[in-house]
Amino acid sequence: MQTIIDQITATLHTAAERGQPLHIQGGGSKAFYGHPRTESAESLDITPYQGIVNYESTELVITARAGTRLSEIESVLREHGQMLAFEPPHFANTATLGGCVAAGLSGPRRASAGAVRDFVLGVRMLDGTGRDLHFGGQVMKNVAGYDISRLMVGSMGTLGVLLEVSLKVLPLPVAEKTICLEMNATQAIKQMNQWAGKPLPISAACHVDEQLSIRLSGAETAIRAAQTQLGGESRADGDTFWQALREQTHPFFKPATPLWRLSIKSTAPEYHLPGKQLMEWNGALRWLACQNDQDNEGSRSDNAAHVIREAAKAAGGHATLFRGHHHATPVFHPLTPALLSLHRRLKQQFDPAGILNPGRLYPEF
Amino acid sequence: MSPAPELIQRLHTYLPSDAVLYETEDLKPYECDGLSAYRQTPMIVVLPQTEQQIIQVLQLCHETHTPVVARGAGTGLSGGALPHDAGILMSLAKLNRILEIDPLARTARVQPGVRNLAISDAAKPYGLYYAPDPSSQIACSIGGNVAENSGGVHCLKYGLTVHNILKLRVLTIEGELLEIGGEALDSAGFDLLALMTGSEGMLGIVTEITVKLIPIPEKAQLVMVAFDDIQKAGNAVANVIAAGIIPAGMEMMDKITIHAVEAFLHAGYDLNAEAILLCESDGTTEEVADEIARIDTIMKSSGATSIRTSRNEAERLGFWAGRKAAFPAAGRVSPDYYCMDGTIPRKHLGQVLSGIEALSEHYGLRCMNVFHAGDGNLHPLILYDANTPGELEKTEAFGGKILEMCIHAGGTITGEHGVGMEKINQMCIQFKSDELEIFHGIKAAFDPQNLLNPGKAVPTLHRCAEFGAMHVHSGSEKFPDLPRF
Repeated sequence: MQTIIDQITATLHTAAERGQPLHIQGGGSKAFYGHPRTESAESLDITPYQGIVNYESTELVITARAGTRLSEIESVLREHGQMLAFEPPHFANTATLGGCVAAGLSGPRRASAGAVRDFVLGVRMLDGTGRDLHFGGQVMKNVAGYDISRLMVGSMGTLGVLLEVSLKVLPLPVAEKTICLEMNATQAIKQMNQWAGKPLPISAACHVDEQLSIRLSGAETAIRAAQTQLGGESRADGDTFWQALREQTHPFFKPATPLWRLSIKSTAPEYHLPGKQLMEWNGALRWLACQNDQDNEGSRSDNAAHVIREAAKAAGGHATLFRGHHHATPVFHPLTPALLSLHRRLKQQFDPAGILNPGRLYPEF
Repeated sequence: MSPAPELIQRLHTYLPSDAVLYETEDLKPYECDGLSAYRQTPMIVVLPQTEQQIIQVLQLCHETHTPVVARGAGTGLSGGALPHDAGILMSLAKLNRILEIDPLARTARVQPGVRNLAISDAAKPYGLYYAPDPSSQIACSIGGNVAENSGGVHCLKYGLTVHNILKLRVLTIEGELLEIGGEALDSAGFDLLALMTGSEGMLGIVTEITVKLIPIPEKAQLVMVAFDDIQKAGNAVANVIAAGIIPAGMEMMDKITIHAVEAFLHAGYDLNAEAILLCESDGTTEEVADEIARIDTIMKSSGATSIRTSRNEAERLGFWAGRKAAFPAAGRVSPDYYCMDGTIPRKHLGQVLSGIEALSEHYGLRCMNVFHAGDGNLHPLILYDANTPGELEKTEAFGGKILEMCIHAGGTITGEHGVGMEKINQMCIQFKSDELEIFHGIKAAFDPQNLLNPGKAVPTLHRCAEFGAMHVHSGSEKFPDLPRF
């Protein structure tokens, strides 16, 4: 495995010298996400650097190489009755740990259990100059040095090449059950937030097609008691439903483009924007599937993007053009000038030659 | 160092006269934080009350190249708020208002000087609370919690500060406002919220914090378990986790702690025990009943010598009182104590505790051990007498060795207290020079003139070379030409 690191390091050295952009490549399952790779970028394949380095279930920590498939990690954890509690979407069976952390996406359990960044304990990475760096570690609590491990989450490969990641893992719930209730979006927003403020074993919530689905997780007795309290009908296809939501194979996601992801204050009122909506995370995550307009000039979609972004900002959050990227519209919510300048200064520290995934996160770096 | 009159004059134009202190007797109360072994009189203390005043002070510091150290309640245990002799100490204690509680969205927007516990008190009428509960929560401020990424006894289940905040208003050294995070669960761009949390006042001054509130559990119950062997107690912790249980809290105390606490508080602790484990379950009534029954079975099969389960809230708090009184109890059995904060993978507990025992004999100093057992965070309390010449130095050497042992066991030199001034030398052991350079780079990206809390948290490479313990990676030294002594 050291040979692989040596090869990656050599590639980084050469690329930094020549100013040659690199496209860090995992399983390619999230290639659609973010800005497309720079045309001149050469691929840097990380998938050979794979395998679980260390896993001790009683320490609640797993360390694996970035090229390890998420499916392999999750199946090993399942054998020991544990899970990645942030339920990362795979989007393809090739999905790797490195890609999962770089993209920073979490699934239905996020609102109750936390996001990828909440479970990252440590990383080993190469920066843009090929320096081999370790931050964080394999313990639950660690405040030595700045939290660079978490800074890597969602940075889309712009700050370094992840080599290894240590994650906190959690036990699988003893039991899970899904219930559903008929209601409109306004009622659902209120209901989800009210229940989230009560000591209930709710592990996921989703509203789509005038139906609120709630997943309960925990001891059998606790689930039974909660169901009595919440009412609603049992959903026999619960597991399938949450899996389809996590992987975006649910029919809502079928008309593929453009798909907006609005991450906002959970209590924000229902949006009256064109397109179908689906809510998760007690209302803090809203998906907006726009009608596929025939207008390819871009001006109309730019205008729509502006409206959507203003709405998300007013609700204390941000909007991402998750699928169906149009060249004129930035994928991620534009940063304020002060924050953009800070991002560039940070990028400069990790990747002075600007060779790592340039433009994947923001066109400016 | 005495301040330049122009500096005082400028400060007086921004702040009321009682908010600018520079007479020796006024500065005295600010010369240390919770780590009283380290003292330094600041040049000036300012006590701003508004964000605008902070902006003006920062702009002045930036313009005049004056170092500025932020201070919350001053309960920190690593000297993070130790003043700079030529700098301004900025107390944020007057920014102590809870600005908004949104019960439906389950958030609170607060100023940095608000006490940790005051947030939970204010949220209580809505059935909500703020989860991180450092032992100093009655006094410590939320701004300080953000600076140190504070934890508490319930953090295995409920997380640290970084897991429980949503948004920060931050002022840069230039006095520019940054809004980091948001009211949503994530934000665009790099995770600067994580970078700011635990950054020990080195990157910016936090003027407002939006925290998450969570529902108060319906019920909490505590099991107090005695063991005749500390290793058995350690195994019991692993067995609980292996059974798929994440307790709300799991704390361990060694024999010397049990005796000190019992003499102090009469909490009913078993004096024959080599170790006591406190294991808490919380949640719905049904969840707790189910979990307590399983914990009881696991403790029995792990060789517990006695098990007591709290029958009511008064009894639960009584069991906890002993653990929470461990520090004051140490103060009763010794003139001074020095609290360490290493974290280790739990499986190495036995080995590390024997190591500490050997060091205790070597240095001739007693050491009490309290342990956040669930997450591997060890708090050895070294007992010493500052009035005995040389004993503080011996204590520091002992503490340093404990931290090095934690690193060798695959852990870290600080789980929740921060590096501050105290552990700055051990940073040279935990990190390689390349990693320290990245830390300095991050500092420079925010504060190129190195004015915010300078000299803390991240050692210079020169200091590491002097300390003589530079991390040596793969047998190659990074700076073979630097003199070492």
